[in-house]
Order: sequence, then structure tokens, then C-alpha cells
Amino acid sequence: MEIKLKINGTEHKMDVEPRTLLAHAIRDAGLTGTHIGCDSSSCGVCTVVLDGNSAVKSCTMFAVQAEGHEIMTVEGMAQGGKLHPIQQAFHDQHGLQCGYCTPGMMLASYALLQHNPTPTEDEIRFGLSGNLCRCTGYNNIVKAVQQASAAMQPVGSAADD
Amino acid sequence: MSVQSPNLEPKGIQGLGKAIKRKEDQRFILGRGSYVDDMVLPNMHYLAIVHSPYAHAKILSIDSSEAMKVPGVKAVITSKELAGANLAWIPTLAGDKQMVLADGKVVYQYQEVAAVIATTRQAAADGAAAVIVDYDPLEALVDPFKATADSAPVVREDLTELKGAHGERLHPNHIWTWKVGDEDGTAAAINSGEVKIKQKMLYQRCHAAPLEPSGVIADMNPGTGRLTLWLTSQAPHAHRTVVSLVTGIPENNIRVVSPDLGGGFGNKVPVYPGYVCAAVASIVLGAPVKWIETRTENLTTGSFARDYHMEAEISATKDGKVTGLKVTTLADHGAFDAAADPSKYPAGLFSICTGSYDFPKAFAQVDAVYTNKAPGGVAYRCSFRVTEASYLIERSMDVLAQELQMDPVELRLKNFVKPEQMPYPSALGWTYDSGDYEATLKKALDKIGYAELRREQAEKRARGEFMGIGVSTFTEIVGAGPSKDFDILGLKMFEGAEIRIHPTGSAIVRTGTKAQGQGHETTWAQIVAEELGLNVERIIVEEGDTDTAPYGLGTYASRSTPTAGAALAMASRRIREKAKKIAAHLMEVGEADVEWKDYKFGVKGVPGKSVTMNDVAFAAYTNFPQGLEPGLETTYYYDPPNLTFPHGAYIAVVDIDKGTGEVKVRRFLAVDDCGTIINPMVVEGQVHGGLTEGFAIAFMQEIPFDEQGNHLATNFTDYLIPTSLESPKWETDHTVSPSPHHPIGAKGVGESPNVGSPAAFVNAVVDALSPLGVKHIDMPVTREKVWKALRAGGVDSF
Repeated sequence: MEIKLKINGTEHKMDVEPRTLLAHAIRDAGLTGTHIGCDSSSCGVCTVVLDGNSAVKSCTMFAVQAEGHEIMTVEGMAQGGKLHPIQQAFHDQHGLQCGYCTPGMMLASYALLQHNPTPTEDEIRFGLSGNLCRCTGYNNIVKAVQQASAAMQPVGSAADD
Repeated sequence: MSVQSPNLEPKGIQGLGKAIKRKEDQRFILGRGSYVDDMVLPNMHYLAIVHSPYAHAKILSIDSSEAMKVPGVKAVITSKELAGANLAWIPTLAGDKQMVLADGKVVYQYQEVAAVIATTRQAAADGAAAVIVDYDPLEALVDPFKATADSAPVVREDLTELKGAHGERLHPNHIWTWKVGDEDGTAAAINSGEVKIKQKMLYQRCHAAPLEPSGVIADMNPGTGRLTLWLTSQAPHAHRTVVSLVTGIPENNIRVVSPDLGGGFGNKVPVYPGYVCAAVASIVLGAPVKWIETRTENLTTGSFARDYHMEAEISATKDGKVTGLKVTTLADHGAFDAAADPSKYPAGLFSICTGSYDFPKAFAQVDAVYTNKAPGGVAYRCSFRVTEASYLIERSMDVLAQELQMDPVELRLKNFVKPEQMPYPSALGWTYDSGDYEATLKKALDKIGYAELRREQAEKRARGEFMGIGVSTFTEIVGAGPSKDFDILGLKMFEGAEIRIHPTGSAIVRTGTKAQGQGHETTWAQIVAEELGLNVERIIVEEGDTDTAPYGLGTYASRSTPTAGAALAMASRRIREKAKKIAAHLMEVGEADVEWKDYKFGVKGVPGKSVTMNDVAFAAYTNFPQGLEPGLETTYYYDPPNLTFPHGAYIAVVDIDKGTGEVKVRRFLAVDDCGTIINPMVVEGQVHGGLTEGFAIAFMQEIPFDEQGNHLATNFTDYLIPTSLESPKWETDHTVSPSPHHPIGAKGVGESPNVGSPAAFVNAVVDALSPLGVKHIDMPVTREKVWKALRAGGVDSF
């Protein structure tokens, strides 16, 4: 069946089976930064952001269900040749090693910071608990989200603890 | 136009010891990494595998007629078709052989029975679901302790001789017996010991489960006759050689490319049936064929780790000086002996089990048996059974301390191998290179405030609360290894490095290793930058393509820094030797007057006169002395003279909820000694990750089976991986005992935290529960086990 998916602001016309998962549709569109790791919605490496604020594991959703939504993948994070503060923070804080969980982890962080711009460490750990990482032990990922949170505060505003 | 060589100040070099950010990060944070499943080739086909529902059953028939009717399905492969290519069975790394697809019977649940190739991944999956296999179930052998009973079902009816790759077999289900040490002397020492302990412990079957599953694109191009394998491989050269030997395809016609790997941890060392089927399918179809493992395939059939049923006996004097160690182990190897170990060492480096302690006598015996479980025995973030050994000795020392009613720290301090004993010959035959175990432990004790924690614990115990402190002071053995002792399938375990310096002072560096997150693109560049005075930013590191990289055995067993890191330093020094001749020419002095100092060539006794490596590189292509071979590049193959022995002191502090049995890790301090540190940020990251996997093994990860051999952890809802919520916060520090035989003194670190930490966690839990008389709890230490121990100890819920 024919569907239209809006990914990172670009409309993609696709011919998919009704059973095609969103994760597969995104990857078939050439956006391979969205990974697949568990087939059971446990690991979160396929996480994308829906409608600007909602982290969704794209293997839990059929491609057809995503029609009419704005989908943001890792490829849509950097703007104008500049890294998103979350991307910069993952690099600065050594928040990645093999890189396989990284896109999903960054997008889960993005959604978390939309809902809670100044999360505590416990709130970060809770907010990212749907995303597995086998390499970093999460300490540096938490630090990365803290750095990103600070960097994303409007200029002149103080983060309230 | 005349080109100037760029000038470079030493501060731009960013060599050893600098916590520079990683060069490889950019593509990953942009989502532009390139993992096997990301690649799509023209006319690519997809492969799906049919798996057995039974752990042990005869195959009466395989009917693929319905599968062939599924639109898009092109072929169904069974063992019969593979036999036509002489690939029904392939050799394992351990001197055994294994079925690629089930041949006559299945010997473990989820065993690969048939492969379906189709034009889309959906059609391949539909085709696999339509293959009808008729089974006649047989009794399954699940308990390894029943393997050698007279009545035990025979797993491997194909093996008719009671002799294997490692000697005599005692029963059709017995694989080998391996003994090391002084059996009689150890028995005598233990018999005459004033104090003795004997403790059984299981290092449970678990799984490395990297987040990227294994996979391959096999591309036999009929036009060139070359087979390219885009492969999730930690050892691309070894895989190329094995593929050539097994298929008969000349090695020059095989190219293995291991692209970005989403973790490995040992899981991407073996050759899996899916790889072989994809290669055969590509040869038959003349088109690329992709197979990507599902998570269930990964957990059920992709090499398991551990599964060592161990027993330790230690004797000691009354005041706590150890006199003997005897270790007896039953190893469950599953249905094929596919353990990933060097040829000479069927139980790997398990004989490091004397650990950091000066045992005058020791003896270890391991017996391996077949069961109806998937093959494996990979070194999961560990150097060949070193984790099992480390857990055994570190747990046992605590059992001994408990028996002696001695603080486990005091017992350790009393028995450490001393720095002045280095190089130390262990009772089981290793020569430890360096280390000051007491200094490392004391640093950890000071940093965590051990005495204060013990005071707090005493107060809490008086109030009926359960707080535990667990110590682990492990010694590893990594960096396999010297070619006189170490090979895999005959391939000696040296490592190659190639350095090419370009005219403008930038460079490309290649090694036979293959990172899976370890950060070689940064740390290898730092080694070369340090040795040659080049800017780290202008050194590119490339691994994984057998067409371009020098030969080497790959990345596992913490061997990359001890072997490839050394090869890089040696290659750099070889380049420096030639560069010196060019420098002499440029400065118009004799070579004997040239010295390498402060990252540049100077003239002895003439301050201020110098040329940089950039100047020399440029001259190597534009202005070299007549008669000298032009260019500036070299390849070095490093054969390590010894292994390296990283060590560490880890301390865990836990609080137990006596109502629920929940264990909270309040603090965890890891003081590691991995010799010279190349990049402190990368080392700390490796330690964080390894500790988290150690935590996972201690508390969560297990592959259990029921009595019929049904696998009970087939996905991430049953096989538990720690999330950010339960993972503790890690504290780290280090001491530095450079390896005397490594060119830069480095020892390797990626596995230390996974090797050293499980015992610290379990020791802490047992320490907390010791007032109840608890002496041991097997991993994973679940809430249920702790809750039961509390209840058995008569503790009320509230």
C-alpha cells in the first residue's frame, strides 16, 4: 500500500506492506541511523521522535500508523551543519562507544528534555530506562544529558534545580 | 608551486596519556555509521533460517514445497544441499566439527535446520515459516552432571571414537580432560592444611548480547570470481583464512570487510551457520545475500559464554597464609565443542586461577561434556576463561576469610604476590610481568574509606540491617599471545600494523585488529602520534578490510593494545630509524649526530637545530638522500614475548532490603592497573562499561533451560540487560605498573572490569548476609535468592 511519511521535514512516498514496521520503513528510505536490535521493543535502538516531543520505539509501530505525524530521526538532529547540543554533549562526555544505541539514546534524551528541560540525575536515568547500552554503563550518557540540558537553556535563564 | 611542510608544535601531538575526545564519534552521532545491516547492494537477496523446536530429535523429513510457492522465495537450503558443496559440517575453533544445518537430527533447541533465500526479507521470513519439518523427539541431555552416566542419551552419534582433539574421551558425551599443576603436591598441601575450605560455585551460562546482532552480506561476483563477505567480525583475517580453507576458494578471491560493529564482546568471533548459508546461497544465485540475526537467534544459537561448574579447595595456615589450591570444574560445552580458545588451551587461560596470591601449590582440572544445548564458549568480555578463574579465586578467598574469621582485606594483604617477586612464576606456569597489588588495594581502601564503612556496617548489624562490603583484587592474563604457545586453528596470534606517512605529514594506519567500540581510531593514532611526533588529527586509522589491513588475529581477549598497540609502536620506531637518515641529510650532519628528542630530530650538542617529522615526511618524497629507498612507510608484525597481567582492586558497598531481598549497590570503586594509559577518558569508559556487564552477570544475566532443553531466555524481556535505572554509579581510579616487555608499557583494560567485578558484587552480598551463616550465593544473585536466604536465616520481613 502507498503511504506518505514525513521524516525530518521531507515527505517520503513509500509502497509498504500493512505489516511493515516503521523502523523498517525508515531504514528502507535510506535513513539507516535508526537501528534495530531486539525485535521486541526492549532495547530502544530504533527510537525516533514523533511530533516533536514523543519518543517512540519505531519497531512498536506500523509504518502506516505514522502517516500524518512528523517523524524525527538522528539524521534530522544537526541543523545548518551544526551539531545539536545533545549530539555535541554525547561526544564531549564520551557518551558513546560502539555507536549502535547512540541515535536512539540521543532521541530519547531529546524527548526527555522537551518534557523536562532541567531533569535531575534520577529523572534522566528514569527517562532513558527504555534504551539499553552495552558499552558505556550509562554514567557518561547521564553526564551528556546534563550538559545538553544546560546548553539548551534559553540564554540568560538559570536552570532551576 | 613549492609546497611547505606544515609546522607542528608538540602540544598539537596529543600523544600518550591525553584524554582527547574520540575521532570516531562524529559519524555515529550523525547516524552515519555503517553497520552490516545498513548496506544494500544491487539485486540483494535475503536469508531466513528455520529453527528446531526440539533440543534433541531425529529429523524424519523436511518439506520445502510450500515454502517454494511463497512469492519471492528463490531457494531452500538444507544439509543435503550443503553436503553437495562439502559444507554440511565445518570445523570448530576447538578441534571439533559442527553441523551447519541439522544433519539427520537436531542436537539443541533453535538449531538451524534450513535456510530460505528470497528477494525480500519478508518473503524469506514467510518462506521459513512455510517449511515443514517432521521430527521424532529424543530424550534431551540437559544436566551436565548426568552427561557421563551410562543411561545418558548420546548427543553426538557422529563421533564414533573415544578420542578427540584433546586426548581420550571417557564417555560418548565427554569431550576432554585438561589438567595443569602439581596434582600430588597440591593434594598433600591440602591434606596437611591447618584450615581448609571447599566451595562449589557456578559461573552461569550467559550471553554477551551486543546490541547489534551478527550478520553478513555474502557477495559472490561471477564477473570477478571474488567472494566479498561484509561481516560482523572481530577477526576478519582469521575468518578469511577459515573461509578459504573450508570452501576451497583461493584466499586471494575472498575479501572480508568488517564495517562498524555495534558491540562484540566475543560474540562476533565465531563463524555462524547463517554466514555459511549466505555464502553458499550467493555462490549458487550469483547475487548478494544478506542474513541478519534476530535477537532470538542471537540469544539461542549465537555462542553462549561461561557455564563452568566449579569447585575450589584451599588450604591455609591458622594465621591465614594459603598453602594450596585445587580446582575441579565441569564445563558444559553444548552439542559441539566450539569454544573460542587457543589450540593448546582447551580451557583457555583458566589456570590464572591462583590470581593475585602466592600459592606454593596449585592444581586445576577441567572436564568438558556435550549436552543438548547450543554450542559456544566464547570469551565474553574476557580473555579465554579468565573471568571464570578470577571469580573462582576472588569468591573463594572470601569463603576462606569467613572460615578464618578474618577481614577479607587482611587475608588478601597477607597472601599477595609481592612487587619484588616480579616477574613472578605462578604455580600453574605463568610469568606475571609487573604489579604492586598491595599499593593498588591500599589506594582503593583509602579512597572508599574502608575502615569507616566497616564501622558503619557494625552499627547497622547491631540494628539488624544488612549492609555488605565486597572486595575483589584480581589479576588478569591478556594479550594472547606469544607464537610459541598461542595459535587459533594453527594461526599464530601475532598482530600486524602498517603505517604510511604521506608527504605532507599526515598518515594512514592499519592493523589486523577490529574495534567494536573500544576507540582504536583515537588510541592507535595517539600511539603513532607519540612515537612519531605527528598530529593525532592527521592520522587516520583503518581496520577491518582484509584487502588492505596487514594480517592479524583480531580484537578480543584484551589483546589489541598488548599486540597491535605494540606493533604500532614498533612500526613507528622502524619509520623513525629511516626518518633519522633523512633528518641527517636535511640538517647536513652525520646520522650518528642526530637524536630524537621532544618529538623532533635534533643535532647532539647543537641546541636550536632541528627538523620535525613533517619536514622529514616531505623530504621522503621530495628531497631524500640519493641511494635511500624513497617513501616513508612500513609494516611490523609483533610477536609478544609474554602475555600482560593487568590487575585491580575493586570494592562494592551494598545495602539489602530485608523485606524484598533487593540489593542496592550504594558505591562501587574500581582501581585499575592496566600499565601505561593511552587515553584516560577511553580507559574510564571501558571500565564503566565492563563494570556494568559485571553487574549484569552478578545480578541479572542467565541463560536457563528447562528439563526438556527448552531455552528460557530467548529475548530481552527474559534475558535481562541492565538499564540506566538499575546500573550503579561508578567511581574509578588507577595505579600504573607498566608492562616491562611491552614497547609502551601498556597492558589492556577492556575486560578487567568484567573479570574483576562479579566477585566484588557477590562478596558484598554474602558479606551482608554472613551474620545469617550465608557462605555463598550463586549468580545471578536475584532478589528471590536473597529473599530466600533472609527467610532461611529467620529474618522477618519488616
